[in-house]
Amino acid sequence: MDTAPSGFAIAQVACPVLESAPVGGRYHRLVVAAPGLAARTRPGQFCHLLCRDAGGNGPYLRRPMSVWRIGADGTLGFLLHVKGRGTAALARLRAGDTLDVVGPLGVGFSLPPGARRVLVLARGVGLATLAPLVGSGPQVHAVLSARVPEDLMAAEFGADTFDAVYDSDGTSAPDQVEALLRRRFETARPDAVFTCGSNRLFLLLQRLAAEYGIPGQVALEQQMGCGLGMCFCCVRDIRDEDGHVTHQRVCREGPVFDLQRALAW
Amino acid sequence: MVKLTTRIGGLTLANPVMPASGTFGPELAEVMDLNRLGALVTKSVTPEARLGNALPRLAETENGLLNSIGIPGKGLEAFIAKAMPEWRRFSAPLVVSLSAPSVAAFARAAALLAATPGVAAIEANISCPNLEEDGRAFAMLPETAAAAVAAVRAASALPLWVKLSPNTADIAAVARACEAAGAEALVVANTILGLAIDIETARPKLGAGMGGFSGPAFKPIALRLVWQCAQAVGIPIIGVGGISTAEDAVEFMMAGATAVQVGTASFVQPTAMLDVLDGLVAFCARRGITDVAQLVGMALPARERLAAE
Repeated sequence: MDTAPSGFAIAQVACPVLESAPVGGRYHRLVVAAPGLAARTRPGQFCHLLCRDAGGNGPYLRRPMSVWRIGADGTLGFLLHVKGRGTAALARLRAGDTLDVVGPLGVGFSLPPGARRVLVLARGVGLATLAPLVGSGPQVHAVLSARVPEDLMAAEFGADTFDAVYDSDGTSAPDQVEALLRRRFETARPDAVFTCGSNRLFLLLQRLAAEYGIPGQVALEQQMGCGLGMCFCCVRDIRDEDGHVTHQRVCREGPVFDLQRALAW
Repeated sequence: MVKLTTRIGGLTLANPVMPASGTFGPELAEVMDLNRLGALVTKSVTPEARLGNALPRLAETENGLLNSIGIPGKGLEAFIAKAMPEWRRFSAPLVVSLSAPSVAAFARAAALLAATPGVAAIEANISCPNLEEDGRAFAMLPETAAAAVAAVRAASALPLWVKLSPNTADIAAVARACEAAGAEALVVANTILGLAIDIETARPKLGAGMGGFSGPAFKPIALRLVWQCAQAVGIPIIGVGGISTAEDAVEFMMAGATAVQVGTASFVQPTAMLDVLDGLVAFCARRGITDVAQLVGMALPARERLAAE
């Protein structure tokens, strides 16, 4: 069961799967019982999942996965885009099976003191990383971008209010999203902005947030080996305090970075 | 009770289980008690700061992985100033893995480490395949290996371990050359050069092209190298390569290793080293072995009869 050895911040836990269900045509939802982990996990952190189905089939290495739900009832939820061997193995898990979880890992989001209203800009399954901000204090307005309406997963995000933009009707085009964000910044200025899931949207939000003087953060993704900061496989280009570009580990210094310090990928 | 203390040259370890360089860091202290390990082994430190290789730095295989990280780091002086204070928090002996681009650079770096409090031993990484063009390294040939080892030996009185490479025609000859040049122990072995190609882009999967292959699939090769070296030299051998379980560790010790390093397995099971240690004790207890050192070389040809008696 999930009782981390005392004194260790990170635990490897065999978690009973409570729910396993497809979401739309391309995504999958996993909810596991993990009371100790759930109590220690903060919005924006991730876990390193052993992607083995009940028969033990799956890839050798673990896969990093954002925590999508941090349940007050001691559950953790993951929302995955099923696209490779690892996520396919996870999608084959059923209620009653076991998921081997290492976590919580990385540095999560930080809200400015007294933030009352935040805006999140998410593309695709990137919304999973941002979802725990809902209910963390401030009112959350989401701008959700997806290929088609069936992929949107607005219910999975659960924002207080949201705008949806799609590739299928052209509303997700950068100039249209820029106009939408500008309207929002001018009519209901957020105290902070957050994004995940798209390089293009990251660059747009970085530029607009700088122009409006709004602080923000981006959650980055990267292939990982150890997930703990030991192998230096998952580095991204991030500016340090002096503006020099440095390699920082997404698993350790991230996955959440300052919006203005991160570089495009 | 099983006696676990392990002598590696002039150094006595509490037990024979330790991490493999490059797969370990102080970060693991957030998961487990590092002081239960026989030793701590740092990522390779280089005299100069290095950015590391192009991404992707890792490619997964069926039961292992290829890596080409490129030894990123801030250089030896920054290591001594910034990383050493953090390492000194732990009581387990600290082995600093040292890599350098020339014999002279090895000597200068070894002298700096010898003057640094808290370093229990140097592990000379003369084998990392990413360092030089086309994967060439000192450890490929007995002559170049011996030159690097002799330079470190002359520059520092610290216990000197030398990490060999599978990427050589005659590992026994390299092992003997390193022993003659002053190595107190051999770490056998580093990753073996490998390659993976993305067939959609027709490009290598690793940013640097080739990479070092490690993990369970590599174990039989590493075990064979230990077996060959154990019959070639009189100094202790530290076995490394694909060890994930206590049974793997027992195999390496029976093949002639005095101690073992666990690397890639820690990526999948963060407490793999403790599982190996606990399992090693359980194995010895079950077999009535009172000193883990009794396992060393049990399976070597010359000792087969002894073990049976």
